[in-house]
Amino acid sequence: MPLQSLDIVRRSATTLPSPEARGAHTGEVAKLIDTTKCIGCKACQVACMEWNDLRDEVGTFTGHYDNPHDLSAHSWTLMRFSEYENPKGDLEWLIRKDGCMHCEDPGCLKACPSPGAIVQYANGIVDFQEENCIGCGYCITGCPFDVPRISKKDKKAYKCTLCSDRVAVGLEPACVKSCPTGAIVFGTKEDMTQHAAERIEDLKSRGFDQAGLYDPAGVGGTHVMYVLHHADQPALYAGLPEKPRISPTVTLWKGATKPLALFAMAATAAVGFLHYIGIGPNEAEEADEEAARRDLENTP
Amino acid sequence: MSEPPPGCIERYDASVRINHWIVAISFVLVALSGLALFHPAMFWLTSLFGGGPWARILHPFIGCFMVAAFSLLGVKFWRENLLHRRDWIWLRKIKEVVNNREENLPEVGRYNGGQKLLFFVIIGCLVCLLLSGIVIWRQYFSAYFAIDVVRWGALVHAFFGFVLICSIIVHIYAGVWVKGSIRAMTRGWVTPRWARKHHRAWFREVTKGIQQR
Repeated sequence: MPLQSLDIVRRSATTLPSPEARGAHTGEVAKLIDTTKCIGCKACQVACMEWNDLRDEVGTFTGHYDNPHDLSAHSWTLMRFSEYENPKGDLEWLIRKDGCMHCEDPGCLKACPSPGAIVQYANGIVDFQEENCIGCGYCITGCPFDVPRISKKDKKAYKCTLCSDRVAVGLEPACVKSCPTGAIVFGTKEDMTQHAAERIEDLKSRGFDQAGLYDPAGVGGTHVMYVLHHADQPALYAGLPEKPRISPTVTLWKGATKPLALFAMAATAAVGFLHYIGIGPNEAEEADEEAARRDLENTP
Repeated sequence: MSEPPPGCIERYDASVRINHWIVAISFVLVALSGLALFHPAMFWLTSLFGGGPWARILHPFIGCFMVAAFSLLGVKFWRENLLHRRDWIWLRKIKEVVNNREENLPEVGRYNGGQKLLFFVIIGCLVCLLLSGIVIWRQYFSAYFAIDVVRWGALVHAFFGFVLICSIIVHIYAGVWVKGSIRAMTRGWVTPRWARKHHRAWFREVTKGIQQR
């Protein structure tokens, strides 16, 4: 049924267009996460669990505030807490809500071998269709942000859907709805970029000279964006990649290699066939039989 | 056990033949399931295995089984496949080979240069496929490797899978092309004329002291 949304702009392992008559006429969407406003209350995590009806296993304490300590098939979003001592010697508590970035050019979708297991809607949301997932984990190799997780139970890949089900009926994602400080907002990508610009201006006026928007061009921009106080050092935020892009290894593997190798294999078989037709089989003749007999007679 | 017909020469005994066909059948299965996950145009092949997840589950197990079965053949035929000077000359004269002008080629022992080269290409491919395959075997091993290693594993696996499939296409075609070869692996014997024409040194060696019947 997912294809009946008629707004599928990309579909994994598919060579022909998918139903895409419905465009994103109201604009592509984006979720803006303002790390400077986040207080780390984890309401978004709880909202995500509630709306998606997910309950992760109770984990173990690993010495910091991250709880659970990593994303999983049941935890699609997670506050990551980083303690940063700035050059002035002050402690900054940087909190980043981690989860799928909904890349405009999704590496997971590029790597996926199963038709329709990963789709991208016209509004930019990248969604896993678990009924088509075969559990190979190629999406993990494709993702520049280390987001997809394979369930130990059903061996399917899971990640944040950007509440595609809510967005499809005009609601905002659950995490956005729950955020008490307005650190997470949702709207068109255009509006969110503009909103971010206002926030960045405000932050700069408050002494955060390097404040900026994280909307990395290497993956064509993302539909989940961050406002960072230190946009020049995204790695401070629990290792947010500075210049994420689909790994060249994956691009090579899933790009030129696929059609070229298929062609070369078919060509090898075709050359064999043409050789048989053109030059013909190599048969031992009557003369060889006689020569063999002579040899045998002469063998001591 | 059936003996070769009068005058004919045994080339492969039953245990080698069975071993070969176990490898061959597992190769076909592993290649089809591998191609299914390699290119979208081939994904329909997963149906042969009971769907995508089953193809994904079975592929690595069949692959390991194939490597294990081949390693028996590898050990058995290692010495006879070592390349010597005359094999390199044979390979340099590949044009004569493909044009069926065997009289212009150096004498061939049990295996010709092409067969020997194929033997080591297969071994190289299987080693690389096994190692890279372990790295990308998500269910059991991928978690132990860094993500970049897994990415490389996927690329290396695809590349050597491709090389192996092409090599086996050549191998199968050689059997079809050189008449009398397939019987060597199905029934186990070859005719004297076949042996003398294609593997003269081996023919001399095996017929030494044999009475003409």
